[in-house]
Order: sequence, then C-alpha cells, then structure tokens
Amino acid sequence: MRSRNMRRLAVAGALSASLVLAACGGGDDEGGEGGSAGGTSPGEGRAECEHLTEFGDLTGRSVHVYTTIVAPEDAPHKESYKLFTECTGAEVEYEGSKEMEAQILVRAQSGNLPDVAYIPQPGLLQTLVTQTETVVEPPASVEENVDEFFGEDWKSYGSVDDTFYAAPLGANVKSFVWYSPKMFADNGWQIPQTWDELMTLSDTIAATGIKPWCVGIESGEATGWPATDWLEDVMLRTAGPDAYDQWITHEIPFNDPAVEEALDAVGAIMKNDEYVNGGIGDVNSIATKAFQEAGLPILDGQCAMHRQASFYSANWPEGTTIAEDGDVFAFYLPGSGEEKPVLGGGEFVAAFNDKPETQAFQTYLSTDTWANEKVKLHPQGGWVSANKGLDINNIASPIDKLSAQILQDPEAVFRFDASDLMPAEVGSNSFWSEMVAWVTGQDTKTTLDNIEESWPSS
Amino acid sequence: MSAGEKILQALIVIALFFAVVAVILVLTSRLRSRVGEYIQSTAFLLPTLILIGVGLLYPAISTIRLSFRNNFDKLWVGFDNYQTIFTDSDQLRVLFNTALWVIITPIVATLIGLIYAVLVDRARFEKFAKALIFLPMAISLVGASLIWKFVYDDNVGLVNAATEAIGLGRHHLLINGPWNNLLLIVIMIWVQAGFAMTVLAAAIKAIPTDIVEAARLDGVGGLKMFRFITVPSIRPTLIVVLTTITITTLKAFDVVRTVTGGNFDTSVLAYEFYVQSFRSNNAGLGAALAVLIFVLVLPVVIYNVRQMRKVAAR
Amino acid sequence: MTTLDTDISDARTISKIEKASESSRKNLTSKGASVAAVVIAVLWTVPTAGLLISSFRPEADIKTTGWWRIFVDPSFTLDNYRAVLSGSSQYNLSEYLINSAIITIPAVIIPISVATMAAYAFAWMQFPLKNFLFILVFALQIVPIQVTMIPLLSLYVDLGLAGGDAPGGGFYTIWLSHAMFALPLAIYLLHNFMSEIPGELIESARVDGAGHVQIFTRLILPLMTPAIAAFAILQFLWVWNDLLVALVFGGGSPDVSPLTVQLAALSGTRGQDWHLLAAGAFVSLIVPLIVFLALQRFFVRGLLAGSVKG
Repeated sequence: MRSRNMRRLAVAGALSASLVLAACGGGDDEGGEGGSAGGTSPGEGRAECEHLTEFGDLTGRSVHVYTTIVAPEDAPHKESYKLFTECTGAEVEYEGSKEMEAQILVRAQSGNLPDVAYIPQPGLLQTLVTQTETVVEPPASVEENVDEFFGEDWKSYGSVDDTFYAAPLGANVKSFVWYSPKMFADNGWQIPQTWDELMTLSDTIAATGIKPWCVGIESGEATGWPATDWLEDVMLRTAGPDAYDQWITHEIPFNDPAVEEALDAVGAIMKNDEYVNGGIGDVNSIATKAFQEAGLPILDGQCAMHRQASFYSANWPEGTTIAEDGDVFAFYLPGSGEEKPVLGGGEFVAAFNDKPETQAFQTYLSTDTWANEKVKLHPQGGWVSANKGLDINNIASPIDKLSAQILQDPEAVFRFDASDLMPAEVGSNSFWSEMVAWVTGQDTKTTLDNIEESWPSS
Repeated sequence: MSAGEKILQALIVIALFFAVVAVILVLTSRLRSRVGEYIQSTAFLLPTLILIGVGLLYPAISTIRLSFRNNFDKLWVGFDNYQTIFTDSDQLRVLFNTALWVIITPIVATLIGLIYAVLVDRARFEKFAKALIFLPMAISLVGASLIWKFVYDDNVGLVNAATEAIGLGRHHLLINGPWNNLLLIVIMIWVQAGFAMTVLAAAIKAIPTDIVEAARLDGVGGLKMFRFITVPSIRPTLIVVLTTITITTLKAFDVVRTVTGGNFDTSVLAYEFYVQSFRSNNAGLGAALAVLIFVLVLPVVIYNVRQMRKVAAR
Repeated sequence: MTTLDTDISDARTISKIEKASESSRKNLTSKGASVAAVVIAVLWTVPTAGLLISSFRPEADIKTTGWWRIFVDPSFTLDNYRAVLSGSSQYNLSEYLINSAIITIPAVIIPISVATMAAYAFAWMQFPLKNFLFILVFALQIVPIQVTMIPLLSLYVDLGLAGGDAPGGGFYTIWLSHAMFALPLAIYLLHNFMSEIPGELIESARVDGAGHVQIFTRLILPLMTPAIAAFAILQFLWVWNDLLVALVFGGGSPDVSPLTVQLAALSGTRGQDWHLLAAGAFVSLIVPLIVFLALQRFFVRGLLAGSVKG
C-alpha cells in the first residue's frame, strides 16, 4: 500500500511538472520520471501528433510492449506504431506470446517488467494491481481521451476500486450467430429477431433433417470457455444486465435460480440431440470438437448456426467471403426483443512505469487517431475497437462494421465477458471445467453448485 | 545482435566454463594426501553445488515456505493448503490418476525400450531402427501430445477410423473414463521409450565383449542371454532409467494440458499444481501440490540409495 | 579303418545335426525378434508419419479428413513449408534456428563438463557428507522448473543479468538456467555409469602413482564416452525443445528467442492456423535427428573389453 501511495505522489508530481513545462513551451527536464523528456517533439506542428508533442523529443528511447497477440495478427499492431515513432521519435519493441497471461504475473513478481502490457482480462488487471502492486496509473492525457472516446462501462473495466489504470484497446463482440446467408435464403429462413423466433427457427431447421446448431468447446487447457460465453450471453437475456453484474460480483450466488434458468435455456440448445451437433456428431462431440473448427460444417450445409464471437472471422478458410451476401455472415443473438444486451471482450493497456515514452505510448493508443490508423491496416477485417472516434467508414469488412455499429449503438447494453471478471479460481478454472462436465452429462444444479463451492471465500 | 555476435557470446561462455574446469583440474592435480582429497572433492563439486543451490535448492525451499501461506496477503495459514488437497473430493481422483501414470509409464516404457535396444543391437539397420524409436523424443512433449490428439480425434482420428473399419463403430475416446487415462499414458510411453532405449543401448554397448563371448561359447543364446547376461549386466542402468522416467512422469503436465485440459477426470498432480499456480492464481495451494510431488518421490529416492549401498558393499 | 572312418563320419554327422538344430533355433528366435522389432518400430512411427504426411497436405484437407486419405485421394502441397520457412513470411523459422543452436550448444557442453567432475567426485573420492550431498543432488531432480521461475528470475534481476540491458542480450540467463536444471539428472546418470567401472582399474592406476586428476582425464573420460554421448543427446533434445526456460528467463526479445517460441506462436493468436504446425514441427525435428545419428558412433561396443577379469 505504501509503495502505491508513493507512486501516486510521484505521478502527481510528474504531472504538475509536465503542466508547468507545457506552459513554458518545453524545457530541459532531462531523464526526469514522467512528463516531458524535453526538447522539441519531432511531431511538432503535425495535426495527427497533437496529443503527443507534450512529451517532447523521445528519439533514441524505446517502449517495450508485451501482448498476447502473435503472428499473423501482430503485423498490423507493429505497423500502427509507425505514426507514434514519427511523432515522438521513440521506437516500439513488440513482444507477443500466448503464455503472456501467466508470464506477466511471473515477471511482475520478479521485477522483470515490460513498459506496457495489453491485458486481455479485467480480472488479470485487478490481480496485477492489488497483488503485485506494479501497475502505474496513466497520465491525465490518457484519462481525458478515455472519457472522450469510450463509454463509462469500458472505463470501469479498466479501473480497479474506482481508480482508473488501463485504457481500452481492441474489442470484440461475442453475441453473434454465424450462418450461411445462401442457405437461409434457399430455405426461406428468416433471421430471428427474438429468442422465441430463434427457437422456432431451430425447430424448423431440425424438421428438414439438418442439425440447426454446431458447437465445439475444446480449446486445450482452456476447454470450456465457449460454453461459458453461451451461458453469459443467455444470462444477459433471461436475467438482465443488473442480475448479470450481481452474479459477477457474487452479490447473488453462482447457483442462483436466475443462473439455473439461463443454463437450462442453453441446455435446450446445446444438450438437445435434435439440435446438435451439425456435421460433427452427437451432444458429447461438443466437448472434444476444437472451437476453431466447430463452425466449419456451415460451409458444407451440414449445420445452420454457430454462436461465436466476431473474431471467428479469422477461422473461416481462405477464400470464404464474409458478408451479408457472401458465404457466411453473422446475426445478433436475439433476446427478448426490447433490450439489446451485448456480450464482448477486449484488451486494456497497463503501464508499469511513468517514463515519458511509456506515457506517450499510452496516450497514443487511447486516441481516435490510433484507432483509425489501426483499422485501416485491416483490409481483410479482424479488428475493431469500442473507441467512439473510430470512423465506421474506415472499416473494410462487413462483420467488423456490424461489430463497431453494435459497440457504438447507444441502445445497446454492453457487458464484458463474465469469466474474465470473476476471480481466477472460477473464471479460468472451475467455470470452464464444470461447463465441460455439464456438456458431457452432469446436470445443471450439480454444475452450478460445484462452481459456487469453488468461489474463493475471502 | 548479429549472428556473429551471438556465436561469439556462445564461444565466450563455453570458454569461460572450460577455463573454470581447467583451473580446478590444474590446481588440484598435485594433491595426493587425504586432506588433499577433501580439497579436491570440494573443488570438483563447487560449480555443481553453486548452480544447484541457486537454481534448485533455494527455489525448492521458498516453495515449501510458500505452501504454508495463503494467497491474498501471504499470511501464515499452517496446513490449510494441505488440508484443502486432502479434503477435496476431486483431488482423490487426481491422486488415483497420478498413481496410474507413475506405475504404468516407467515399467512399460522401460520394457519396450529394453526389448527394442536388445533386438536391434548389432542388427543390420541398427542406426536407422534406433532413430525410429528415438523420433518421438525429438518432438517434445507438447508436439507429441498434439500428434496423439489427432490420433484420438472423433472425426479425423486414426483410432476411430480403424475401429469403424473393423466394425466396432466410432467412440468419444477421450471422454470415457477411466480408459482415457490410459490413452494419455500411451503418449508418455511413446515418448519415454526412446529415452529408455537410448540410455539402455549405451549400457548394452558397455557390456564387456568377453563376457558375452564367454557366454556364447558356453552355448548361451537368445532369451537366456537376455535373461542371464544382458539384464544383470545393465541392472543398475535399468534402475536409473526406471527412476528417471518415474520422476519425469510425476513432473509432466504437458500431456494432460494439451490433450484434455484436465477434463473428463484425467487430471494429475503436476497439472493441478500448474493450474493452481498459474491459472487460478492460487500460489499457496500450488506450492502445496508441488511439495506433495516432492514427497511422493521420496520412496524412489530411498530405493535408489539402498541400491547404491548394495553396489558399494559389493 | 572303416570303423574309424564311420566313427568319424558319425561324429561329423552328429555335430552337423547339432549345429543345424542350434542354428535353426537361433533363426527362430531371431525371426521372432525381427518381427517384434518391426512391430514396435511401425507402432512408434505411424503417428509421426501421419504428421509428416499432414505437413504436405492443403489446409482444408488437414482440417476435414484423416491423413491416410492421401493414399486414396492424393493432393500434395509445399505451401505449409513455404509459409513457415520463407524469409518474406512473418514466421521465418530459419532465423530462429540460429538462436536455437546458439542456446543449445553451450547449454549442453556446460552441464556435461560440470556434471562429469561432480559425478567423479561422488563415485571415486572420499569426503565428509558425501552421501548426504549426493542424495540431495539426486532428489532435486523432482523440482519442477515452474517453481523456480519467480525466485530465480528475481535473483537474475537483482544481479543485473535479466532485463533490457542484460549482458549477452539475455543469453546468459538461459544458458545458466539450462545448466542448473540439467545437473541433477546428469550427475545421477553419469555417476551411475562411472561406478560401473571396476574399482581394480582405479586402484591399479593409483598404485602406479596417478592422482585423481590424471585418473579422471586419462582413464575415466575415455571410458565414459558412450554415457556422455547418451546424455549429450538427451540434454540436446531437452534444450532444443524447451519453451519455458527461454520464455521466462530469456526476457522475450526476438533476438534471443529459440525456434520453440516461434513454433508456439505458429498456430495464430486463436489457434486458427494450426495446419502450419505440422510443417513447423518437422523443421524443428530435423536437427535433433541429425545430432542423434551423428552421436551414435560414440556408442562403441566393448571399450571395457579385456580390462575386466572374469
């Protein structure tokens, strides 16, 4: 606690120093912690650099960023830092690893930290803040940008105990059902607007002999997560966002009747032999089918619908057209019809020091400039942000456009993936494994009771 | 760094260690007395003791300490973490699975490695034949697990294709316990047999030729040679191989992690340790599980010590 | 004369018959042996062969049908290899091959040289606490690398060996860590082989006035060649296939990342590109295989031949 307060003081000091410097139009604060590095910023006078000139000349410095994003998705990230380097002179050293979520904790506890990390789960951010006390609050410029470009909800996911730590970066929409527009048109099926219509459609499709749904929840050690997404998505629709929030904070127990109702609603699809598992097998095959391939039977007409997030667009084989009139597309998973709850996820930018180059980089990533720069680097799609300054016209792919529209829709009620917010014992352990047991035969009540039991007591 | 600089660094570090070894050898080469032997042995062991002390002993002790602390504020909680392990019903299943792994893997892998090493010894295609069994070792445990995951796959798996072809139908191989545990153990055996074969082959090559020739002149051949000459001659190496595979098996979590993620009642201690430490963020409980693995290896250590005493007494 | 002749010819016949029956028995066992060897070899090779075939199949085929379909419906492609190896692709495994070699060679040589000395001390020297120390070293094999990560990395950070300005770009921590983790098993294996050497050999050398250093360098090292070669192969493999040590102690800079770090990333952020893994795995497999075949010639029979009485 003491060290955190001291850091806070240091940040405040650095901030006031930078304000003074900004007022004086630059100074020679060489090597000072935080604020400006002094000198004239290489981006001085360029409109797209306006957020970054206050940090001074950062030439020769570099920012080490640690992320979960690896090839090929890392290329547009690296590409999008070019403008930052032009504006500030600082280079960005990029490191991506799929082991990052575990490794960042190891590094935090050993004191071998990067400058910046993209944290994919608010729960992990909370652990880093409260248990390792290594996360440094961002400069005021970042908070201003977040207030301007992101909704309250997104800011709260980047905060711990009401203190803002990490600006949102990318986002994804999970409330999607993938389908084949051609298959739907050929059979005269309509895109359902309510949950009831969805179930009726499922019956209609099942009557033709085609299994309407295909599901796969295998994902190595994270096996089960697609099923947790299912439950969360349905919970948002049957119990509503308020109950959903209480469920995450454990104000209502995990085995609350509301959750039981939601899981049974999922079971009406996932554990229904008439409905699953299109082109793959029986209900049990859900547990061993890799989530990456679970939607592919749609292409052969063996399955009609696959509920999976926007990022599934990367899983369709090369040559598949993803558009409203293409081979595959996605519709919004409907609810009661009145509210429009949206389940999603995203990454957050946490910093571990307050060096000027670190703060400049954080600031850059929180601007609309960066979001638009980044999205232009995705001519094939595959990236969106909840940044309200993101111009829909800059988005190339139809599915990303749809995602961005949903994320920016003032009517939509966005909620973050619950398992990413729950304590790690539940969110990345028992919730996954119990959902797997549930799919392979365990009943709803036992499943929820077991997860409730694993909820940490303190 | 350029490739040249990297090579230079590698050469420097090798030279550095050779220098250390050379200095030790030269400085102690004239010592003959009993006290001299103490100094010599200290010098011979010093690099090892420093490296092991820093790299393994110190972390092992911190793990033991950590296992008595809780997760949130690092307070002492006594044996709470251990109590959790032994009162949780799922953990009994984990202990049972671990027992299966530790009993089956070393025995079967060593047996296959031994038989194969003997069979191909002096055979015409010896090198090639050995390379085939060795191949899985070269793939890494994660790679091997991925390969076998496809072998067991419901749709594109070889096993299901085979059972369907002979009229036994298709099965969800990885879901149905307790057989799924055996399927995972097969992967470990597949990898470890190569280890057993490599080490045992070296031991077989070291059996003095005159012993083998003398036995052959006495008319000993085939199975008898194996039973009365080969096995007794390499008995200490057999124990080494069994011990090493046992310890590797106790520590290995990659197979479970890659193939089932611990689902369908297939988790083992090492995987639970990994999950608690790095996924559930339960460092204390994870440490307790690690200590339990230390404890489980004690019988193996004691057995080895006894064997070494016997050899020394001989 | 005739009787004698008959006797001799009888004796010849008998011995011929005996020889014939003996050789037929030998043939029988060696036939059975050959069959058993072939069965094991086939069982052990099929999964790898499947991987090899898969690495030449197009993405869509890999994901939908079993690899044996290639015999019914042949379609080969080099695309997977092109994707992982070509210098213009993002993966460019060839560059990481160099890093793997740079990491592996010292990480094999260092623990072997240190462990051989220690194993000799444990086997042939007398000193206090010998048994205790040996049991300690042996028992430490059980420590999983995962528990060492935080304490050891903290230490490296404190010593200035890890982090952005690490000497040698971060290679030193990787080498040191590999050496540490290899030692218990190396000492245990080598000690075992070493205590197999007959004590009379050592004794007679001592009587001739040789000290421990001379015995170690002139007598033991040559005798230990097969064991050292065996351990070198194994250590080479472990280091070559290691991901964790490089990931944790290397600090993650692409400059020091081995092939495995890139292999792990090969399937894409969400595992969508796993068809590239088969090709990547084979690229990674070739080097250890060459090392295995090359080191086999050190498995020489009968180095001890003639030196043992009885």
